[in-house]
Amino acid sequence: MASVIEKTGIPTVCLSLLREVSEKVKPPRALFVPFRMGYPLGKPRDPTTQLAVIRAALTLLEDSAPLPILRDFESS
Amino acid sequence: MARLKDLPLAHRLFMQAYRYRTVDWSPGAQLARPISGSKLALITSAGLHLPTQPPFDKSIRGGDFSCRELPSDIDIQSLLIAHRSSAFERAGALEDRNLVFPLERLRELVDRGEVGSLNHRHFSFMGSISAPSRLIAEKAPAVAADLRLDNVEAVLLVPV
Repeated sequence: MASVIEKTGIPTVCLSLLREVSEKVKPPRALFVPFRMGYPLGKPRDPTTQLAVIRAALTLLEDSAPLPILRDFESS
Repeated sequence: MARLKDLPLAHRLFMQAYRYRTVDWSPGAQLARPISGSKLALITSAGLHLPTQPPFDKSIRGGDFSCRELPSDIDIQSLLIAHRSSAFERAGALEDRNLVFPLERLRELVDRGEVGSLNHRHFSFMGSISAPSRLIAEKAPAVAADLRLDNVEAVLLVPV
Protein backbone atom coordinates (compact mmCIF):
# COMPACT_ATOMS: atom_id res chain seq x y z
CA MET A 1 0.00 0.00 0.00
CA ALA A 2 2.72 2.48 1.00
CA SER A 3 4.68 1.74 -2.16
CA VAL A 4 1.68 2.26 -4.43
CA ILE A 5 0.84 5.59 -2.77
CA GLU A 6 4.47 6.67 -2.83
CA LYS A 7 4.61 6.02 -6.57
CA THR A 8 1.83 8.57 -7.08
CA GLY A 9 4.02 11.23 -5.45
CA ILE A 10 2.68 11.24 -1.90
CA PRO A 11 5.26 10.46 0.81
CA THR A 12 4.31 7.76 3.29
CA VAL A 13 5.47 6.49 6.66
CA CYS A 14 4.48 3.13 8.19
CA LEU A 15 4.52 1.96 11.75
CA SER A 16 6.04 -1.50 11.94
CA LEU A 17 5.44 -4.18 14.56
CA LEU A 18 7.47 -6.89 12.83
CA ARG A 19 11.00 -5.91 11.90
CA GLU A 20 11.53 -9.16 9.99
CA VAL A 21 8.65 -8.36 7.66
CA SER A 22 9.49 -4.69 7.10
CA GLU A 23 13.11 -5.49 6.39
CA LYS A 24 11.95 -7.85 3.64
CA VAL A 25 9.35 -5.49 2.17
CA LYS A 26 11.44 -2.33 2.64
CA PRO A 27 8.76 0.37 2.53
CA PRO A 28 10.03 3.92 1.87
CA ARG A 29 9.85 4.87 5.57
CA ALA A 30 9.07 2.69 8.60
CA LEU A 31 9.25 3.24 12.33
CA PHE A 32 9.83 0.03 14.29
CA VAL A 33 7.79 0.21 17.45
CA PRO A 34 8.57 -1.94 20.53
CA PHE A 35 5.02 -3.09 21.13
CA ARG A 36 3.13 -6.33 20.70
CA MET A 37 0.85 -7.20 17.81
CA GLY A 38 -2.40 -5.26 17.99
CA TYR A 39 -0.79 -2.38 19.92
CA PRO A 40 1.09 -0.30 17.32
CA LEU A 41 0.64 2.93 19.31
CA GLY A 42 1.62 1.44 22.65
CA LYS A 43 -1.05 1.24 25.31
CA PRO A 44 -4.73 2.13 25.32
CA ARG A 45 -5.55 5.49 26.91
CA ASP A 46 -1.91 6.52 26.93
CA PRO A 47 -1.94 9.68 24.83
CA THR A 48 1.62 10.61 25.84
CA THR A 49 3.12 7.48 24.28
CA GLN A 50 0.73 7.59 21.34
CA LEU A 51 1.74 11.18 20.55
CA ALA A 52 5.42 10.30 20.89
CA VAL A 53 5.06 7.45 18.39
CA ILE A 54 3.22 9.65 15.89
CA ARG A 55 5.73 12.46 16.23
CA ALA A 56 8.61 10.04 15.69
CA ALA A 57 6.92 8.61 12.61
CA LEU A 58 6.13 12.01 11.12
CA THR A 59 9.73 13.09 11.71
CA LEU A 60 10.80 10.44 9.19
CA LEU A 61 8.78 12.27 6.53
CA GLU A 62 10.99 15.33 7.02
CA ASP A 63 14.24 13.36 7.14
CA SER A 64 16.49 14.01 4.17
CA ALA A 65 18.36 10.70 4.48
CA PRO A 66 18.30 8.42 1.43
CA LEU A 67 15.28 6.11 1.25
CA PRO A 68 14.37 3.64 2.58
CA ILE A 69 14.47 5.04 6.10
CA LEU A 70 13.91 2.26 8.65
CA ARG A 71 14.28 3.48 12.24
CA ASP A 72 13.59 2.29 15.77
CA PHE A 73 11.22 4.19 18.01
CA GLU A 74 13.09 5.29 21.09
CA SER A 75 10.86 6.21 23.99
CA SER A 76 12.18 8.94 26.28
CA MET B 1 8.85 -5.29 19.41
CA ALA B 2 6.89 -8.28 18.26
CA ARG B 3 8.93 -11.08 16.74
CA LEU B 4 7.88 -13.80 14.35
CA LYS B 5 8.98 -16.40 16.86
CA ASP B 6 6.40 -15.07 19.32
CA LEU B 7 3.47 -15.61 16.97
CA PRO B 8 1.23 -18.68 17.07
CA LEU B 9 2.83 -21.57 15.19
CA ALA B 10 0.48 -21.46 12.19
CA HIS B 11 1.09 -17.72 11.66
CA ARG B 12 4.84 -18.12 12.16
CA LEU B 13 5.14 -20.88 9.61
CA PHE B 14 2.99 -19.02 7.11
CA MET B 15 4.90 -15.75 7.47
CA GLN B 16 8.30 -17.42 7.35
CA ALA B 17 7.42 -19.14 4.08
CA TYR B 18 5.42 -16.27 2.59
CA ARG B 19 6.86 -14.61 -0.50
CA TYR B 20 6.32 -10.96 0.31
CA ARG B 21 5.25 -8.84 -2.63
CA THR B 22 7.18 -5.66 -3.16
CA VAL B 23 6.37 -2.75 -5.42
CA ASP B 24 9.20 -0.64 -6.76
CA TRP B 25 8.54 2.78 -5.26
CA SER B 26 11.91 4.33 -6.18
CA PRO B 27 12.92 7.10 -6.18
CA GLY B 28 10.24 7.84 -3.57
CA ALA B 29 8.25 10.97 -2.87
CA GLN B 30 9.28 13.95 -0.77
CA LEU B 31 7.26 16.36 1.33
CA ALA B 32 6.60 19.60 -0.51
CA ARG B 33 6.64 21.50 2.79
CA PRO B 34 7.07 20.75 6.49
CA ILE B 35 4.51 18.45 8.10
CA SER B 36 3.29 21.45 10.11
CA GLY B 37 1.87 22.80 6.87
CA SER B 38 0.89 19.54 5.19
CA LYS B 39 -2.42 17.74 4.79
CA LEU B 40 -2.26 14.25 6.29
CA ALA B 41 -4.36 11.12 5.78
CA LEU B 42 -4.42 7.97 7.87
CA ILE B 43 -4.64 4.35 6.69
CA THR B 44 -5.22 1.46 9.06
CA SER B 45 -5.27 -2.28 8.45
CA ALA B 46 -7.33 -2.98 11.57
CA GLY B 47 -10.48 -3.66 9.58
CA LEU B 48 -12.33 -0.71 11.11
CA HIS B 49 -15.68 0.28 9.67
CA LEU B 50 -18.62 2.51 10.44
CA PRO B 51 -21.64 0.80 11.98
CA THR B 52 -23.50 1.74 8.79
CA GLN B 53 -20.92 0.09 6.52
CA PRO B 54 -20.77 -3.64 5.80
CA PRO B 55 -18.07 -5.42 7.78
CA PHE B 56 -15.11 -6.96 6.02
CA ASP B 57 -15.75 -10.50 4.84
CA LYS B 58 -13.48 -13.05 6.46
CA SER B 59 -14.83 -15.80 4.25
CA ILE B 60 -13.18 -14.40 1.09
CA ARG B 61 -10.35 -16.70 0.07
CA GLY B 62 -7.02 -14.84 0.22
CA GLY B 63 -8.55 -12.01 2.24
CA ASP B 64 -11.08 -9.23 1.74
CA PHE B 65 -9.16 -6.56 -0.19
CA SER B 66 -11.95 -3.97 -0.07
CA CYS B 67 -11.62 -0.78 1.95
CA ARG B 68 -13.85 1.56 3.93
CA GLU B 69 -13.74 5.33 3.90
CA LEU B 70 -13.82 6.81 7.39
CA PRO B 71 -14.79 10.49 7.74
CA SER B 72 -12.37 12.66 9.66
CA ASP B 73 -15.03 13.97 12.06
CA ILE B 74 -16.06 10.50 13.24
CA ASP B 75 -16.30 9.50 16.90
CA ILE B 76 -13.63 6.85 16.62
CA GLN B 77 -14.94 4.79 19.55
CA SER B 78 -18.07 4.18 17.47
CA LEU B 79 -16.02 2.32 14.85
CA LEU B 80 -16.39 -1.44 14.72
CA ILE B 81 -13.41 -3.76 14.36
CA ALA B 82 -13.91 -6.52 11.81
CA HIS B 83 -10.35 -7.83 11.88
CA ARG B 84 -10.01 -10.92 14.02
CA SER B 85 -6.85 -12.95 14.07
CA SER B 86 -5.09 -15.10 16.61
CA ALA B 87 -1.93 -13.22 15.61
CA PHE B 88 -2.92 -10.16 17.63
CA GLU B 89 -5.04 -9.04 20.56
CA ARG B 90 -8.06 -6.86 19.95
CA ALA B 91 -8.60 -5.90 23.59
CA GLY B 92 -6.47 -2.77 23.45
CA ALA B 93 -8.08 -1.38 20.31
CA LEU B 94 -11.53 -2.19 21.67
CA GLU B 95 -10.70 -0.05 24.69
CA ASP B 96 -9.10 2.76 22.70
CA ARG B 97 -9.35 2.94 18.89
CA ASN B 98 -6.40 5.35 18.89
CA LEU B 99 -4.18 2.29 19.27
CA VAL B 100 -4.86 1.35 15.65
CA PHE B 101 -6.41 4.53 14.25
CA PRO B 102 -4.93 7.49 16.13
CA LEU B 103 -7.25 10.13 14.77
CA GLU B 104 -7.78 11.86 18.12
CA ARG B 105 -4.03 12.22 18.57
CA LEU B 106 -3.68 13.66 15.07
CA ARG B 107 -6.45 16.18 15.78
CA GLU B 108 -4.45 17.26 18.84
CA LEU B 109 -1.34 17.70 16.70
CA VAL B 110 -3.32 19.85 14.27
CA ASP B 111 -4.59 21.95 17.20
CA ARG B 112 -0.98 22.37 18.39
CA GLY B 113 0.16 23.42 14.95
CA GLU B 114 2.42 20.39 14.50
CA VAL B 115 0.39 18.98 11.59
CA GLY B 116 -1.07 21.26 8.94
CA SER B 117 -4.47 19.63 8.52
CA LEU B 118 -6.24 16.28 8.20
CA ASN B 119 -7.91 15.02 5.08
CA HIS B 120 -11.70 14.87 5.24
CA ARG B 121 -11.52 11.08 4.84
CA HIS B 122 -9.24 8.25 5.84
CA PHE B 123 -9.10 4.59 4.78
CA SER B 124 -9.42 1.26 6.51
CA PHE B 125 -8.34 -2.11 5.18
CA MET B 126 -8.34 -5.61 6.54
CA GLY B 127 -4.93 -6.95 7.44
CA SER B 128 -3.76 -10.52 6.88
CA ILE B 129 -4.40 -10.45 3.13
CA SER B 130 -2.62 -13.61 2.03
CA ALA B 131 -3.36 -13.09 -1.68
CA PRO B 132 -2.68 -9.38 -2.25
CA SER B 133 -2.63 -9.27 -6.06
CA ARG B 134 -5.98 -7.53 -6.46
CA LEU B 135 -5.25 -5.25 -3.52
CA ILE B 136 -2.04 -4.12 -5.20
CA ALA B 137 -3.45 -3.99 -8.72
CA GLU B 138 -6.87 -2.50 -8.04
CA LYS B 139 -7.74 -1.18 -4.61
CA ALA B 140 -4.43 0.37 -3.59
CA PRO B 141 -4.16 2.45 -6.83
CA ALA B 142 -7.77 3.55 -6.39
CA VAL B 143 -7.10 4.77 -2.85
CA ALA B 144 -3.89 6.45 -3.99
CA ALA B 145 -5.86 8.24 -6.72
CA ASP B 146 -8.42 9.39 -4.13
CA LEU B 147 -5.62 10.74 -1.96
CA ARG B 148 -4.21 12.66 -4.92
CA LEU B 149 -7.68 13.98 -5.71
CA ASP B 150 -7.92 15.22 -2.11
CA ASN B 151 -4.51 16.91 -2.39
CA VAL B 152 -3.19 14.84 0.50
CA GLU B 153 0.49 15.58 1.09
CA ALA B 154 1.49 12.76 3.45
CA VAL B 155 0.12 9.44 4.67
CA LEU B 156 0.59 7.60 7.95
CA LEU B 157 -0.04 3.84 7.75
CA VAL B 158 -0.84 1.89 10.89
CA PRO B 159 -0.79 -1.93 10.94
CA VAL B 160 -2.10 -4.17 13.69
